[in-house]
Amino acid sequence: MIDSRTLDPRFKLRIAQEPGGENIKKCFSCGTCTAGCPVREVTEAYNPGKIIRMALLGLKKEVLSSQFIWLCSSCYTCSERCPQDVKIPELMSAIKNIAVREGYLPSPLKDQISLLSSYGRLLEISDFENEKRNESGLPLLQGTTDEVRKIFERLGIRSE
Amino acid sequence: MNKSKDNLLPFQYLLYLGCTVPVRALNYELSARKVGEKLGIRFVDIPEFSCCGYPIKSVNRYASLLMAARNLALAEKRGLPLATLCSACCGALTEANHEIRGDRTLRKRINEDLYQSLGRRYEGEGRITHFLRVLQQDVGIERIKEQVQFDLSSLLLAPHYGCHYTKPSALYGKIEDPENPESLDELILATGAEPISYENKLQCCGGGVLAINEQVALAMTRNKLEHVRAQHADAMVLFCPFCSIMYESNQRKIEKVYDTEFKLPVLFYPQLLGLALGMSPDELGFKMNRVKPVELLKKINRRAA
Repeated sequence: MIDSRTLDPRFKLRIAQEPGGENIKKCFSCGTCTAGCPVREVTEAYNPGKIIRMALLGLKKEVLSSQFIWLCSSCYTCSERCPQDVKIPELMSAIKNIAVREGYLPSPLKDQISLLSSYGRLLEISDFENEKRNESGLPLLQGTTDEVRKIFERLGIRSE
Repeated sequence: MNKSKDNLLPFQYLLYLGCTVPVRALNYELSARKVGEKLGIRFVDIPEFSCCGYPIKSVNRYASLLMAARNLALAEKRGLPLATLCSACCGALTEANHEIRGDRTLRKRINEDLYQSLGRRYEGEGRITHFLRVLQQDVGIERIKEQVQFDLSSLLLAPHYGCHYTKPSALYGKIEDPENPESLDELILATGAEPISYENKLQCCGGGVLAINEQVALAMTRNKLEHVRAQHADAMVLFCPFCSIMYESNQRKIEKVYDTEFKLPVLFYPQLLGLALGMSPDELGFKMNRVKPVELLKKINRRAA
């Protein structure tokens, strides 16, 4: 049961102001996104149509603190088929961006932020890797760059 | 028919490797470079390229744009178009470029941050494509056919398009129908091999959720492995390093979890093309393939032209 006193009617407006979330209010619940979703096919934990409905209703905490918003694989199948141009993967990104600002950052992503800060890439190109590349006749790459870290510092992105 | 190199135009591209290819898909990089060289594509390397920004999009969309803009600024300085091997990199860089070009306010903000933090600028002149599009559009199917020296007609191959190569279609200017893409099928046909069709051919590999929920990701990967097996394909053919991690690197794990056996070889398209162009499996990095395509190679050796 949903207690209407706990709903936040401004939540959808906040999402609509977030880049990528602009079209959330266009959703008329046809279910096309959920019907064709390859993640939904293997788990009931993810249901894009339901997430949109929850957000429109104002179930802010339930949406932002959930695991399910992180299950979109960004395959864009729904995006191509949505009759209302809701741009669901972009909408999910917008919701996730808000969730991160509210303190809900999943630990795998914390790890990715650390790696990107340290190396400028998700995978380090160590001397070992460059040696392997050399043996295969591939050009050597710059192992790390601190420019991604500088971008993160400027924007206040931290893994903690 | 004139098969000399002279009638091939030199296409020049900055080769964008991203995070995964230069560490975990050396066979893809190696075969792409070898095939490119043979077909008159000149690759220029920029060792300073970093991550495209895609992994950070769900954390901070603006940061992902800024990371993409950094790479695009490096490319712009060289004045050459950029070709990616990874489909997610292609998507992220194309999307960032599209947004930065189309929104003057955003462009101003991006440039202020780029300049203040890195001393760089990006004017929005970058051009981005995927290596497979270079093969399909610049080199062209006909020219590839002319160069084929080795008979691969005995091979039945399952094309895997992945997601970010055709979608979102609005971003790519409707290069091809995302619900019925044909470019990879045509490129496989050009090698002489036969592309097969199978259930849920366009389905996502699951890679996008691997870090968050491995169980869900592997279940998605397994679905397609089952569909491909049902059609008795000799191998799956793809062109994204992350799709390869799912179907090839994780294949053993999926076999264990689901108590089954696929032993399905997974080839990067340039490895297949290289074979057709007469190159040896060694040259094309076949030794680095995790699922050994022993049977597949036997099958074509018997029919070597």
